[in-house]
Amino acid sequence: MRRPAVVWRYGTVTALIDENPHARTIELDVPGWPGHTAGQHVDVRLTAEDGYQSQRSYSIGSPPEDPRVALTVERIDDGEVSPYLTGELRMGDELELRGPIGGHFTWRAQDGGPLLLVAGGSGLVPLMAMLRHRAARSSKADTRLLVSARSLEDLLYRSELEALAASDGLALHQTFSREAPKGWTGFARRIDADMLSSVGPGPASRPRIFVCGPTAFVERAAELLVQLGHDPSTIRTERFGPSG
Amino acid sequence: MARVTRGFHGRRPQVDPDRVPPGQYVTRDFPVLSAGPTPHTPLDKWTFAIRGAVEKPASWSWEEFVELPSEVFTVDIHCVTKWSKLDTSWTGVSLDTLLGQAEPTGKFVLAFCDGGYTTNLPLADLIGGQAWIAYEYDGQPLEPEHGGPARLLVPHLYFWKSAKWVRGIELRDHDEPGFWEGYGYHNYGDPWREQRYWSD
Repeated sequence: MRRPAVVWRYGTVTALIDENPHARTIELDVPGWPGHTAGQHVDVRLTAEDGYQSQRSYSIGSPPEDPRVALTVERIDDGEVSPYLTGELRMGDELELRGPIGGHFTWRAQDGGPLLLVAGGSGLVPLMAMLRHRAARSSKADTRLLVSARSLEDLLYRSELEALAASDGLALHQTFSREAPKGWTGFARRIDADMLSSVGPGPASRPRIFVCGPTAFVERAAELLVQLGHDPSTIRTERFGPSG
Repeated sequence: MARVTRGFHGRRPQVDPDRVPPGQYVTRDFPVLSAGPTPHTPLDKWTFAIRGAVEKPASWSWEEFVELPSEVFTVDIHCVTKWSKLDTSWTGVSLDTLLGQAEPTGKFVLAFCDGGYTTNLPLADLIGGQAWIAYEYDGQPLEPEHGGPARLLVPHLYFWKSAKWVRGIELRDHDEPGFWEGYGYHNYGDPWREQRYWSD
């Protein structure tokens, strides 16, 4: 199979959704988009009037089945690109992007399960593309999601996750590392070995594991998973450095 | 020429534009990018090997390796994920020192690493004072998450070519893509020509 060339295209903003106080989903209509696999990302390029440019990478949150490309961008206050995307960008604006990029941190329904998805903060975005793809294909693959958020307010895609929770074969777990909602009986701490064990599936079933989040979160989660006995080659990681 | 993005002005950090390749931004942090868990190979199990198309295959234990003549050098590094970091200081052994003993016959190199990572480069890019096996950053032992105990350092190419947790290089008669090169990243990866992806 020949890979499509990674060329710059212009997308048009068709929807803007504020997901939480510092993250926004940008839905784009991108003529000529070659399609993508859940887990991939794009490069976005902004150009000022005098030709000055700035580029960053963002994960795709929409599944391959969606005709539109949706990115969820977290605002980095002292950044250069994310404040524009989460603040200034309006409906109908044009945005230059290219992709899809990456082929390691990807999952297709035909790859099957079991699947263990571990997300820290906005690391949920590429994993959400996998969950949406799983739902679009009516996959029954044994799938566990553990998402760590600072608080309920910070949790991305909250109502959609609640709706997905009823799907066959899917178990969703949240942990709130800073502030749990009132009456919450689930996890309310940083991820640890006990939490990952109880989420499962265990190493014996050799799940495909995807871990995405800030560097410190990913380092910790991957290390704990190896200590629990998971084969390092089954653990795929994507780390978000500070990326303004 | 790209069209103007409405309402974008840019923050324009104060940096020397001649030191920042196209599409890159300068960071003071040292971000981490790896495809899997960080391996932790004990130093008494660590070796560095030169194998494949060479007259004299060679291998060094950790103790032998750090006894080799080393250099302290300061370079700018450029990651394909867009960050560049200027004036980074490293200690390592020049590939000239290592390859001089092995007498390569092949013209291509595949670097191999703990964790299964690989990357390919032309031999010409590893010689002539352009590449090192680095084991200290800023005078301190290289942290595992940044590739310690030792990583390849080829600062004139995008940083994925500077393989973390490197355990050796294999000389080859023919070029073959490494890990990211097989997933659509550029085969050569010159940041100044913005060779990020295969079609660039």
